[in-house]
Amino acid sequence: MLSKRIIPCLDVREGKTTKGVRFEDNVDIGDPVEMARFYYEGGADELVFYDITASHEKRGIMIDVVRRVAETIFIPFSVGGGIGSVEDMRQALLAGAEKVSVNSAAVRDPRIISQGARIFGNQCIVLGMDAKKVEKTRKTPSGYEIVIDGGRVYTGLDALQWAQKAQELGAGEICLNSIDADGTQDGYELQLTEMISTRVDIPVIASGGAGVPAHLLQALTQGKADAVLIASMVHLGTYSIAEIKSFLSAGGVKVRSSW
Amino acid sequence: MIAIVDYEAGNLTSVARAVAHIGYRSAVTQNIDEIQNADRIIFPGVGAAGAAMESLKRLGLYHALARAFADGKPILGICLGTQVIMGFSEEDQTPCLGLIPGTVRAFKKICDSDGSRLKIPHMGWNSIQVRSAHPVLADVRDTDEFYFVHGYYPDPDVDRHILALTEYGIPFASVIGERNLIATQFHPEKSGRPGLKILENFCTWKPC
Repeated sequence: MLSKRIIPCLDVREGKTTKGVRFEDNVDIGDPVEMARFYYEGGADELVFYDITASHEKRGIMIDVVRRVAETIFIPFSVGGGIGSVEDMRQALLAGAEKVSVNSAAVRDPRIISQGARIFGNQCIVLGMDAKKVEKTRKTPSGYEIVIDGGRVYTGLDALQWAQKAQELGAGEICLNSIDADGTQDGYELQLTEMISTRVDIPVIASGGAGVPAHLLQALTQGKADAVLIASMVHLGTYSIAEIKSFLSAGGVKVRSSW
Repeated sequence: MIAIVDYEAGNLTSVARAVAHIGYRSAVTQNIDEIQNADRIIFPGVGAAGAAMESLKRLGLYHALARAFADGKPILGICLGTQVIMGFSEEDQTPCLGLIPGTVRAFKKICDSDGSRLKIPHMGWNSIQVRSAHPVLADVRDTDEFYFVHGYYPDPDVDRHILALTEYGIPFASVIGERNLIATQFHPEKSGRPGLKILENFCTWKPC
């Protein structure tokens, strides 16, 4: 039986991990390669790196990070943030990423999903989507709208319709982030997660709002997610992956328990 | 020297990196001489069966692989490589290499034991149940899991070619083999410690 995946997410700016990262052991704080090794050895099932480098000129630094991560860990990892073209995808995949994730660029031009899927295979293409709760209208019948550019720009796209369209275009997986829950540590947006996860055929990773292991359990059971993205709760050292997995296992969720 | 066969089916650098990590030399190659002179062959790949078979024919690798198999050279298939060594794939209705008789089938809409619909592709970590002892699988523990990503699975005609089974709605052959050939549907190069152990065992395997 397939295990539910626990996926730490690292934000990387100009080659350094950012956002309140605190490690107690001998991990070089802020070095994404050392953090990748730490999570790999600690039982993470997959990793996600988001490049939040602001300037385009410094993007090459990320490719170097990807290459070094790929030499260090032997589990899948994906790269997102700043992937705006098939060429960007190619560079990240050749450097050793297993998957690339597209978000705003796919909203602006959905063909990037189909082109990427055709060239690299569906399994390589993750659609990252940021959804915000809105009133149910004719334009947004699911009650969730897609926002881009870090939540600043409303697109008028219905979240469910966009998820289904991305699947048709060839996305192999969806990373579903709730803008409302993101950063709150109050739990995932379960209604949104359940709606998308049960209405598409491809795997869905729940993102945004994790604070305690019980939140992960909810997203994987009530929310019917296939995987969960976590950040602060492990970056701050509050929980280890092993602790989280024992909790989930005790709650009846199948997780990978040996590594 | 280990030849990692490049037939333009996806990115093979992760296999090369994993082999380097466990301390063996390899070359990602489509050169027939280099493949024939290699001590061992790894035959990986992701993508679709139809395009993969076309590339194998165009590059002249079709016969090189069949010959290496006949010569008794150790061969490891991975993912799409594992499917292409079968007789026929339902994907694109493709006649394949036929080194192991059988059909590659699509996962149909299937349900889990609790009735929930299973996603396709089968993507993520799953365990394998070894059915037939094999030196390459010698260190696999019951609790070990491996990374899969595929929408089709091998279904060998001959039962003894099934070396391990995995459950995803239905039981399917996750490791198959015959003589000097062993092939995994999962990605050992992306499966952490137990996956690297399988690669290591393959690198020292002496098929009789």
